[in-house]
Amino acid sequence: MKTKRSVRLFFSYLLLILIGIASVYPALWTIMSSFRAGDSLFSDTFFPKHFTLKHYSDLFHPENIAGKQVPYVKWYWNTLKIATMSMIIGTLIQLLTAYAVSRFRFKGRKTLLSTVLVLGMFPGFMSMMAIYIFLVQLNLLDTPWALIIVYSAGAALGLFVAKGFFDTIPRSLEEAATIDGANHWQVFTKIILPLSKPIITYISLMTFTGAWMDFIFAGLILRSRDQWTLAVGLFNLVDSYSSTAFTLFAAGAVLVAVPITILFAFTQRFLVEGLTSGASKG
Amino acid sequence: MNRYARTAGWLSVLSMGLGQLYNRQWTKGVLFLLAHITGITLITTVLSNHIAGFFTLGEQGQHLVKVGKIYKNIPGDHSIFMMIYGLLSMMVVLLYVFIYVMNVRDAVANGRLREQGLPTKTFIDSIRHGVHNNFPWLILAIPILGVLFFTIMPILFMIFMAFTNYSAPEHLPPKNLVDWVGLQTFRDLFTLNVWSDTFFGVLTWTIIWAILATVTCYFGGILVALLINQQGIKLKGLWRTLFIIPYAIPQFVSLLVMRNMLNDKFGPINQYFRYLGLDGLPWLSDPFWAKVSVIVVNMWIGIPVTMVLVMGILTSIPKDLYEAAEVDGATPWIKFRNITMPFVLFSTAPILITQFAGNINNFNVIFLLTKGGPSSIDYNMAGKTDLLVTWLYKLTLENNKYNVASAVGILIFLIIASVSIFSYTRTRSYREEDMIQ
Repeated sequence: MKTKRSVRLFFSYLLLILIGIASVYPALWTIMSSFRAGDSLFSDTFFPKHFTLKHYSDLFHPENIAGKQVPYVKWYWNTLKIATMSMIIGTLIQLLTAYAVSRFRFKGRKTLLSTVLVLGMFPGFMSMMAIYIFLVQLNLLDTPWALIIVYSAGAALGLFVAKGFFDTIPRSLEEAATIDGANHWQVFTKIILPLSKPIITYISLMTFTGAWMDFIFAGLILRSRDQWTLAVGLFNLVDSYSSTAFTLFAAGAVLVAVPITILFAFTQRFLVEGLTSGASKG
Repeated sequence: MNRYARTAGWLSVLSMGLGQLYNRQWTKGVLFLLAHITGITLITTVLSNHIAGFFTLGEQGQHLVKVGKIYKNIPGDHSIFMMIYGLLSMMVVLLYVFIYVMNVRDAVANGRLREQGLPTKTFIDSIRHGVHNNFPWLILAIPILGVLFFTIMPILFMIFMAFTNYSAPEHLPPKNLVDWVGLQTFRDLFTLNVWSDTFFGVLTWTIIWAILATVTCYFGGILVALLINQQGIKLKGLWRTLFIIPYAIPQFVSLLVMRNMLNDKFGPINQYFRYLGLDGLPWLSDPFWAKVSVIVVNMWIGIPVTMVLVMGILTSIPKDLYEAAEVDGATPWIKFRNITMPFVLFSTAPILITQFAGNINNFNVIFLLTKGGPSSIDYNMAGKTDLLVTWLYKLTLENNKYNVASAVGILIFLIIASVSIFSYTRTRSYREEDMIQ
């Protein structure tokens, strides 16, 4: 019995270690590549023979890599701006929408919910061309505002996550507040919001990273290189130079991934909550 | 007995605002009247033209006209803009009709109040009343507008597009006109060999992919979660954090990195194969291995999500179930089979369906890893790992075949919709949502 148990544990640990290696290997390899001298993808060894910080400094001094036109700092700033703005507006819209459908029973509510479900089933790109034409007409092409507006406008469709959470907050709390004379708005800001920190964190994180990582729509809307976001820029870097600018890409990728990964690490607890409350979709 | 309601109602039908004026609600009446005048003017001058344009899609494309001795290029009708303006105009007309109906209802309601000898509300009062009673609609107004313009309108536009011949090279405005062609695009897609071979090929792979990707991630996730959760495994938190890493790294970064790692010549994976004396595999350039690669890489990305969910469920299984089983002398295997597994499967079943639907539309993994490639001569504008969505992307942005792309989009919608309707109607929380509390 005892040996059986230790055999089982031995194989379990072995598997865990293997999965662990598979999980972190790509990240480690990218980090190692970003410190490697030269610019090629190929390397004899896992650890670089010559450590260098050149690729990182290149990102901040675009004049050194003029041939490749990588205004990294500018991209970073653009991305930060767009992601933060869409996060603030998008989260607010999503919370309000979810609050309205979770807390009120009004005429047309079921229709509204079904519409949102149906809309979610259309592939997102299907509407890209039409949005593109709209933005041309509104003269918003190639501006960060175009992206902020489009991301925020779509935020309401993700209402089910927050709705699932709001549904679990007992109604008696609001009833007590209403008896004390609070109006709808006060109930929302003073009672619902303070109780919803986990879900607010989750939604903010999702809208932030959504904007941070989108390279398809952003690539369509942002035409000039200076307006690009990180995702568009890095995608382009790999796409047009493939294996000849890999170390530069690696350095860029590390700087993109680190803040997001840290954010995720700190908010792990909320992620689980968000994932589970979004999963049941109703 | 005065019949205020009837009179006010009919007056409001005659023209917006009249009923309100008859009810002596001056401000409201004037506002409605103004809305009426604006609406009528807009409809007769601008909107009707645009709506007509929606049906004709233009009379003449760009053409040459002889001015004196030289030919000049005269811009013609731009069918696509005409379509969008037409759609927008119809929305404005609908809005107008909606306000009209509200106006009549308001007049009747206030007429009733007068019949009962009650005072009608002052303007300020009715606003306050409206805000309180329609609070949900009030806070939904901005989101609805946003969704209307940036989701519903574009989707409608694209649906209509499937019934036109809007595509390169012959029907691209502003040079040429676009026409309504009915179901021709769908017919081509199903019967014309150029399209149907690609369509059915891509569709088959999309379904295989969606099933494999979902199943591997789902069971992979459950297995990993159970592995960590075993009795006697130490440092559970550490393992969990370690395994979440793939989920935390931005997808476009990890996928682009993977693409380089799987590079035939220079990538580290094949390099390790060569250390072992093996030849290395054409991970992304051979149709079969490319399919294997995308599924394996997708596991790497997808397993953490299921793992996190399942670990949450595992902690929520009531402990007394296990204790009772132990009292009855159950072995660990029986406990696992009869308590753990049913519990996990039951609580994660809805996720399985959402993930399946999500995988049908899993653009990122395919596009960033293989770009749909390797390309093939059997397919028209698609590669061997292309899903319907990535094909849609290529059709639209790279080849300007808008009508075919829209038709494909509609078909994707039909697939997803049938899968989802199946699951949503069976989710308990949808039917019994007021059960909690």
